[in-house]
Amino acid sequence: MEQKSRTHTAVRPNVVVVTEAVRASSDAAATTQAEIGAEIAAIAATRTGEETQPRLDYAPYRSSILRHPTKSPYQADPEAVELFAPVFGPQDVDPLEADLTIQHLGEPIGERIVVTGRVTDGDGKPVANQLVEIWQANSAGRYLHQRDQHPAPLDPNFTGVGRCLTGPDGTYRFTTIKPGPYPWRNHVNAWRPAHIHFSLFGSEFTQRMVTQMYFPGDPLFGLDPIYQSIVDPAARDRLVATYDHDVTLPEVATGYRWDIVLTGGHRTWSESA
Amino acid sequence: MIGASGTNHPVSRPTPGQTIGPFYGYALPYEGGPDLVPKGHPDAIRLHGVVLDGAGAPVPDALLEIWQADRTGDVPRKAGSLHRDGHTFTGWGRASTNNVGEYSFTTVMPGAPFIAMTVFARGLMNRLFTRVYLPGAADPFLLSLPPDRRETLVAEKDAGGLRFDVTLQGDRETVFITYPGHS
Repeated sequence: MEQKSRTHTAVRPNVVVVTEAVRASSDAAATTQAEIGAEIAAIAATRTGEETQPRLDYAPYRSSILRHPTKSPYQADPEAVELFAPVFGPQDVDPLEADLTIQHLGEPIGERIVVTGRVTDGDGKPVANQLVEIWQANSAGRYLHQRDQHPAPLDPNFTGVGRCLTGPDGTYRFTTIKPGPYPWRNHVNAWRPAHIHFSLFGSEFTQRMVTQMYFPGDPLFGLDPIYQSIVDPAARDRLVATYDHDVTLPEVATGYRWDIVLTGGHRTWSESA
Repeated sequence: MIGASGTNHPVSRPTPGQTIGPFYGYALPYEGGPDLVPKGHPDAIRLHGVVLDGAGAPVPDALLEIWQADRTGDVPRKAGSLHRDGHTFTGWGRASTNNVGEYSFTTVMPGAPFIAMTVFARGLMNRLFTRVYLPGAADPFLLSLPPDRRETLVAEKDAGGLRFDVTLQGDRETVFITYPGHS
């Protein structure tokens, strides 16, 4: 963190210039955390008001450089199927899939946790009987995925995939193991804060969302270009769960609460932000 | 601009999206996900194409979902997409791209102008919405687009059904859609 190289970014009022060399090469191997930090800070300085979603064009996350749309989206009034969401039911999801600690013969290693909360729309209306899917690394920060070659152990008793349906009041609930942080190759010595991926459906197609839940106080937040791609601190704070002792189960698991508010339903036209 | 729940209700701020990342492959795709109808179904068509990045390179780690009306135009209201019984048309499917960026769904021609599609990928910070219009279909939204952009939303008829490529960035960039209420 002592390095002071700022060669890749320059700041003008409300303009971030990332050099063509960076954009063209996206050569992560040579970029330092300090350089990524400077890019993150330069982009953060361009924010002029509330933002509620990540920037799609966010070069500090190198893989986004060639994968973000450069043309403005068109707004469409939702029609026909878009006014409805796919339906999932008990035939789709076994209640046992909500417990990621019982999928194998033995107990997984790590800190057992309960993660629960409510899925609602912007007006606070619950999203009932809807599918929630999660996936995550194990307690050592390793995913059960062939592309994850991080030299941390796999846990034979932990897959890291769960599903459930929300209840009538929009409540979801998972029992799992607290995931570890893990290294990735965005830049030199890049580490992701511990997180659980969430896939969510609303009561309308337009509310479909995938996101990540984080744990309070993670020291990696400020360094992580994926978390920081949500440039407004108030918005990214909404991805951080709260420790809740009322959710904690005596002698079994600590408890976290994380509520999810979906955007884009036609019932929430009042939200124009 | 009046909220459905009245003026005194505190409107909750939306939860931001995040990229799907590189490791969803063992979690989200599932057996039968791309097959809304069995491949041997008499009305089966193939909806397929390639996902490309801004350099024209295939995107091997994208995930697409489609949601559509049935052949008569009705919106399915039936569960069973995750464990398909081979008979019930649920209208929803999910397909990953392969290592050369190709995806393929087996479905039926909807009795509607378009199939709704959601795009996810590693490196894509948030999901994108688009529409796969059937060849020859037209509606006010499609007609409102500049002609060169319009064609990015229209599938091509081919031997097995429909071809629809998704281009995330560049001259041939697919038209992506936001809806009212999206922040």
